[in-house]
Amino acid sequence: MLEAGKKKGILVLSDGSIFRGLGFGAEKVSVGELVFNTSMMGYQEALTDPSYAGQILLMTYPLIGNYGANKGDFESKKVQVPAFVVREACELPSHKDSNATLDEFLGRNNTPGIAGLDTRSIVRRIRERGVMPACVCVYSGNEPDTAGLLAKANALDYSKINFVEQASVKKEEEYGAPGWKKIALIDCGAKQSIIRELVKRELSVTVLPWNSSSMSILSHDPDGVLISNGPGDPALLGNVAKTAKELFGKMPIFGICLGHQILAHAVGGKTFKLRFGHRGSNHPVKDLETGAVTITSQNHGYAVDEKSLPKEFVPTKLNLNDRTNEGMKHRELPIFSVQYHPEANPGPLDSLGLFDEFKRLVEEY
Amino acid sequence: MPKRNDIKKVLVIGSGPIVIGQAAEFDYSGSQACKALREEGVEVVLINSNPATIQTDSGMADKVYIEPLKPEFIRKVIEKERPQGLIGTMAGQTGLNLTMQLAERGILKEFGVEVLGTGLDAISAAEDRGKFADLCKRIGEPLLDSIAATSVEQALEFAKSHDYPFVLRPAYTLGGTGGGIARNEEELRSLVEFGLRMSEIGQTLIEESVLGWGEFEYEVMRDGKDNCITICNMENFDPMGIHTGESIVAAPSQTLSDNDHQMLRSAALRMIRALNIKGGCNIQFALNQKTGKYIVIEVNPRLSRSSALASKATGYPIARVAAKIALGYTLDEIDNAVTKTTPASFEPALDYIVVKIPRWPFDKMPDAVKYLGTQMKSTGEVMAIGRTFEEALQKAVRSLDIKKAGLELDAKFDWKDRDKVLSIIKEPTDQRLYAIYAALKMGTACEEIAGLSGINPWFIRKMEKILEMEGKIGIAGERLLSDKQLMLEAKRSGFSDRQIARIIGRKEMEVRDARKKLGIIPAYKMVDTCAAEFAAKTPYYYSTYEAENEAVPEKRRKVIVLGSGPIRIGQGIEFDYCCCHASFALRAAGVQSIMINNNPETISTDFDASDRLYFEPLALEDVLNVIENESPDGVIVQFGGQTSINLAKGLHENGVRILGTQLEGIDMAEDRERFRKLLNELKIPQPRNGTARNIEEALKAAEEIHYPVVVRPSYVIAGRGMQIVYDEAELKRYISEAVDVSEEKPVLIDKYLENAIECEIDGVSDGKRLFIAGIMEHVEKAGVHSGDASCAVPPITLPEKTQKTIIDYSGRIAKSLENIGAINIQFAVQDGTVYLLEANPRGSRSMPYLSKATGIPIVKLATNVLLGKTLDELGAPKEVPQLPYCAVKSVVFPFIKLPGTDIVLGPEMKSTGESMGIDFDFGRAYYKAMLSAGVNFYTKGRVALTLAPGDKPHAASLAREFDALGFEIFATDGTAAAIGDAAPVAVVKKLSEGDPNIVGMMKAGELDMVVNTPTKGKLAFTDGFGIRRAALENGIPLITTIEAAKGIIAAIKARKTAELTLEPMNYYTGRVGK
Repeated sequence: MLEAGKKKGILVLSDGSIFRGLGFGAEKVSVGELVFNTSMMGYQEALTDPSYAGQILLMTYPLIGNYGANKGDFESKKVQVPAFVVREACELPSHKDSNATLDEFLGRNNTPGIAGLDTRSIVRRIRERGVMPACVCVYSGNEPDTAGLLAKANALDYSKINFVEQASVKKEEEYGAPGWKKIALIDCGAKQSIIRELVKRELSVTVLPWNSSSMSILSHDPDGVLISNGPGDPALLGNVAKTAKELFGKMPIFGICLGHQILAHAVGGKTFKLRFGHRGSNHPVKDLETGAVTITSQNHGYAVDEKSLPKEFVPTKLNLNDRTNEGMKHRELPIFSVQYHPEANPGPLDSLGLFDEFKRLVEEY
Repeated sequence: MPKRNDIKKVLVIGSGPIVIGQAAEFDYSGSQACKALREEGVEVVLINSNPATIQTDSGMADKVYIEPLKPEFIRKVIEKERPQGLIGTMAGQTGLNLTMQLAERGILKEFGVEVLGTGLDAISAAEDRGKFADLCKRIGEPLLDSIAATSVEQALEFAKSHDYPFVLRPAYTLGGTGGGIARNEEELRSLVEFGLRMSEIGQTLIEESVLGWGEFEYEVMRDGKDNCITICNMENFDPMGIHTGESIVAAPSQTLSDNDHQMLRSAALRMIRALNIKGGCNIQFALNQKTGKYIVIEVNPRLSRSSALASKATGYPIARVAAKIALGYTLDEIDNAVTKTTPASFEPALDYIVVKIPRWPFDKMPDAVKYLGTQMKSTGEVMAIGRTFEEALQKAVRSLDIKKAGLELDAKFDWKDRDKVLSIIKEPTDQRLYAIYAALKMGTACEEIAGLSGINPWFIRKMEKILEMEGKIGIAGERLLSDKQLMLEAKRSGFSDRQIARIIGRKEMEVRDARKKLGIIPAYKMVDTCAAEFAAKTPYYYSTYEAENEAVPEKRRKVIVLGSGPIRIGQGIEFDYCCCHASFALRAAGVQSIMINNNPETISTDFDASDRLYFEPLALEDVLNVIENESPDGVIVQFGGQTSINLAKGLHENGVRILGTQLEGIDMAEDRERFRKLLNELKIPQPRNGTARNIEEALKAAEEIHYPVVVRPSYVIAGRGMQIVYDEAELKRYISEAVDVSEEKPVLIDKYLENAIECEIDGVSDGKRLFIAGIMEHVEKAGVHSGDASCAVPPITLPEKTQKTIIDYSGRIAKSLENIGAINIQFAVQDGTVYLLEANPRGSRSMPYLSKATGIPIVKLATNVLLGKTLDELGAPKEVPQLPYCAVKSVVFPFIKLPGTDIVLGPEMKSTGESMGIDFDFGRAYYKAMLSAGVNFYTKGRVALTLAPGDKPHAASLAREFDALGFEIFATDGTAAAIGDAAPVAVVKKLSEGDPNIVGMMKAGELDMVVNTPTKGKLAFTDGFGIRRAALENGIPLITTIEAAKGIIAAIKARKTAELTLEPMNYYTGRVGK
C-alpha cells in the first residue's frame, strides 16, 4: 500500500460521487470514461492497449503491479489510458523481467494513478448505472476544487470523440519478410500482439492509417485485410466502413473487435453501447457452428446488434454471459470477424487458431 | 449435449474416515455431487464408512450404505442395487483406488456398471507414473527426468546417472504417504523400501529435484465435448519440496505475469485434454522464476483438497459441476449457481486475495518429527479472504485458533536466537511463517530470507510491510486510539484489535471501543465469482476495511451458528456436521441461518449450506463484528466444539444472547471445582479429584487421591496435555515439563479408575426433561480418551440396572446445569458403581455417529429446542430408543504419517477420524468398523503377543481364544511364560534380545497380527515402541489394548459363524423400538 502523506488522488464521477485515495504516477488531471476490467493479471498490456484511449481504467483485482513493468508487455508504444484506478499499487514488485514499479511506469508515461479506494463499490456503481465520464486528479498539497473536477468530467462526451484518429499510425509501417503473403492491417488502434501473431505465421503486415482509402489499400496488393481493434464508438467510423465494403470480394477480410463492428456497419448493421462493456479475460463464447465454448479475452464497450445484420452475414459466435453477438461471417465471401481478442495479451490463448484460419483463407484465395 | 437418459441410478463412493491427507473436503465434494445428481432425478446409492459426514445423512442419497470401503463390500452393493453408473472421483485417492480395483477385478464389467465422468483410462494415465511420463512426452510437456521403480536396485541404478537429491512419490497413495526427499544413497534406499510398501501397486517414482522452484496449481474442468476452463490458479508460498497440502497457499497467484499465467494455463488445458478427463482435475507445476522454465509435477484426475479450496476461494461449485458433467451435460448447459444468470462455462474473476494455512497436529503430537516435506502431516486448514495480502494472511493466522491474534510471536520459543530462527527458515517446520517474521524483526534482509527459503521475495516484502505497520502502531502507542488514518491503515493491514492492544499495552475492548468511536468498522464484501461484474445472489461474505457494506441485514428472525474452524485432532468433521445440522434446522424452521466459519474443506462453508455465510476467523472481534452487522435474535455456540464454546464468555460479556445452555451452566461444567461441588450436592459419585495451582498442591492432592491419577490442565480440547500418572516422580516431571501451572491455570487431578468400563450418553434437554438418544459403551477401558475409543450402541455389557443409574444421573445433571440443547455426559463403571466423569453441555464428537446409528436427528432436535420448542412438541421419544441391532464406532490414527510417534492410546486424543460398522450383533459390527478403520485383520494366521506386566493375567485366555480360532501363536519371553500351557506357543525374541526377533519377523512378512499392550506410564524409546512402529510401517494389524484384542476375537468368531448383513441404513433404523 502506498503510504499516506505522499501524493494524493481524487476520483470524481459524473454522477457526483467522489472517491479519495492515494496518488501515484504523474501529478495531473485527466478525464475519461470510467470502465473496469476483471483480468487479474496483464495490467501493462491493458494500459498500453489503444482500445482504452479515452478511458480511465479500473482493475477489479485489488493488487496491481505485483510483477512490476517490463519491456515486453507493450501493446503499443505508450500508455493509452488517461488514468488508472486500483485498490493497491504494489510498491515492491518481484519478477525477473521487472524494470519499474507501477508508480514509476505511470510516472514515465505521464499518467496519473489512484489507489486505496473501495474499487469494488465503484464497479458496482458502474454495473448498475453504466460507464460514465470521470475525472482523476493526482496532486500533492491542497485538494483541488471538486466542483471543477466534476465539471471537467461532465464536459466529456466520449461517444462524440474520434479516438481512432489519435490511436492509428500516421504513416505506413511494414513487418515481416519478403516472399510471405501480405496482410494490409487497417489500424484503428491495433494491439502489437495482432501484428506479432500474423508475423509468427509468416504473414507480412503493412500497417495502414485508419482512414486509408480502398484504393490506397489495394495499391499495396495485399493478400488479405485485417481491420483492427480500437477505441471509441464505431458509429463515428462511417468512412472506414465504406472502405471495408469496397474491399468485399477482393480478398479475405478479418475483423477484430472494433474491426468486427466496422464490418457490421459496412453492410448496414447497427451497433449499440453496452451498459458497462465486456472487459476481462474470462468471457465464455460459444461457437454457433460447432457448439464449442471458448474462454476469451475481451475489451469492448459497444456490441453488434445481431438483428440488424443483413442476410449475407451469419452470426457465428455468442457471448454466453449476456448473449450478445461475438462474431459473424459472410455467407459466400471469405470475410469473418470476432468481437473478442484472439491475440490475447492479456488473456487466454485459446482463440489463436483464428489467425491460422485467416492464414488458410488468405492462402486458399 | 443434454443429460443422458440411460443413467437412472448411480453409485457414489465416499472417502471413509478422515485421515491426514484426506479430510472433510470429500464430504463436501461428495455431498455436493449427491445433491447435483438427485436434482437431475437420478437415484443415488451411496457407500461410505464414515458416519460423521453429511454425505451419509438419509436425505443425501436414496440409499445410504455405511459399510467398509472394500471391493468385496462394494461388489455386494452393486449386485443388490444394480446401478448403471459409478462416480469415484469425489472421494479422493480412496475413491480412485477403489474404482480401479473394481475395474481390475471385473466387477464393473460383470454388472455393467459404467464409470461416469473421468474414465478408467484417464485415471490410470494420470496415476501410473510411467504412463504419465509417456503422455507428457507425447504432447511435449516438460517433466523432470524420473523413473518408476519397482525395486531398490532399479532406484540405485537411476541414482548413478543423476544428481542427488531426489524426490520420491509412491504411486496410488494419498497425501504423499511414503514420499520424501533422498539426499544420499542411504536415504534413498530406506525411502524406496518404505514407498514400495505403501504403494498399492508397489511402485515409486524417483525424480530429479526442483527444490526451491515456485509451485503453482491450476484447477481445471472439462466436459465431454472438450470444452475446458480453469477455475482458479493458486500460488504456493512455500516453494517446491513441500507438499502443497503443507504449504501456505495464495489464490489467485500473486507473482505471475499474464504471460507466465497463460503459459501455465495453456499447458494445463493441453494436459486435461490429453488425459481425456471429464470433470475436474488439479494440475501442479513447478516454475523456475529466474529462468521462466516450467515443469509439470502431477495431475490429480479427481476432486481434491485443492479443488475444495478453489471452490471456496472462487465461489465456483466444482463438485456440483463435475457431477453434472458426469451425467453428460456440457459446461454451457450448466448454470452458474452463484449468479444464476450466467453459465458455468466461464472462469471466475476474484477481486480479493485468499490465503490458506495448514493446521498441524504437533500440539497434540509433541514427539512427532516437525519438519515439513513431501509427506502431509497437517490435519486441516484455514482460509481467509481480504482485500490486501496482509489482511488475508493475518486473518488466516487468527483463524488457526492457536492463540495468535495475528502475525505475532509466542513466548514458547526463543525468537531471538538468530541461528535457530534461520535454520527453521531453511529447513522448514510448522513455525516457518513466524520464523520469517522473527528474522525480519532482527533486521534480516528480505533477500537473505528468500535465499534460504526459496520463497518469492514478494511474500516476504508483504510480511515486512506488516512489520512496518507493527512498528508504526508501536510508535503511535495510545495516540493510535484517536488517529483515524493510522487506525484504518492498521485494520487494512489485518491487525486485530487484540493484536493492537498487545502492541500498545491496552485491553482488547479498549481498542475496540476506540476504533468504533473513530467510525472504523468492517464492511462485508460478497464472494460472487465475477468481481462484481454481475449481480449475484450468493450470500457469501468476508470482511474488510472499506467503504461499502454489501451484507445488508435482512429484517427477519435470524440466528448465528458459530463453526468449529480447522480440522484438528480432537475437533474434527463431527463438529462441522453438528453446525451444518443446526443451520439446516434453523432454515427448516423459517429462521435465517447465518454461519461463521473459516475452514475451506467443509460443508458448513458451502455457499448454500446456510442462508448466509461469513468466511471469517472465529475470534471474538470478528464474531462480534458480524453480530453487530446482523443483530441476530441469538447465537448458537454449542456445536462448534471448544472453538465456539471458548467464545461464549466474551459474547456474554458483550451482551450477546446465547441460545441454549448459558455461560453459567457451561462454566459450572468446565470448572472442575464447581463441578465437583455440584456432584457432591447431587450425591452422584465421581472419581476422587482435586485441583492444584502449584506443584506442592499437586503432590498433596495426588497423595490424598492415591495413585494412579489422571492429570490435565483445565479448559482443553480433547484431553490436550492429559496423562495418567503412576507415581510422584512422574507427577513432578509432568508438572515441570508438560504444563504451566498457575493461579489462573490450575491442573486437575482425578483418581484413575483402573479396569473400569467407560460409557457416555448424548442427549437433548429442553429444561423440562432430558431425551437420551443412546448409551454408548466403550470397548477400551476408562483412561483411553473417549475420542480414541471404539464404542458400541446399544451397550455391550452394561446391566439394565447400571443403565438406569446412568439415565437417572444424566437427567439430574442436565437439570442442574440448566442445560438447554445438546449435552454429552461421560461415565466410568467400576465394580457396579457408576462414576460421572464429565458433562459437556454442547454438541459432541459422538452425535453424528449416534444420529446415524439411531436414525434420530439429535442436532436438529437440539436446535429446535434452542428456538423454544419442547421435546414433547418435537415428538422426541420418552425413553432411550431400543436398537435391535448394533452400531460400533471405531477410529483411525495418524501415526503412519508422523514418524517418531508412538502408537499408544491414553487420555490424550490422537485419532483423526472415525468409521462405523453396523450389523445385528457386536462381533459383526465391530468387524466392519475395524475393517473400515483400516485394520485389515485376518481370520487366521500368525499372531504375536507381547503384553505389559499388568496385562499378563489375560495372556492365557487370549492365547486360548486365538488358538481355538486356528491362529499360530508367537509370544515374547514373559508373555509366553504367562500363557504357560494354555495354548501352544513359540517364543520370539524382542528387538533388544538380538536376532532373529519379532521386528525381523514382521519385516519378513511372517506375522499377520500383533497384540502389544504398552507398559504403563509415558516412556521414551522402548522395545514396545519399536515393535509398534514396525507393525505400523509394515502394515500389520496392531492391537494395543486387551479389550480391543477381545473385541477382535469376538469379531473373528462372528465373522466365521454368521454372514455379514448388507443393508442400507434405513433398513436398520426402521427397526428402532420394534
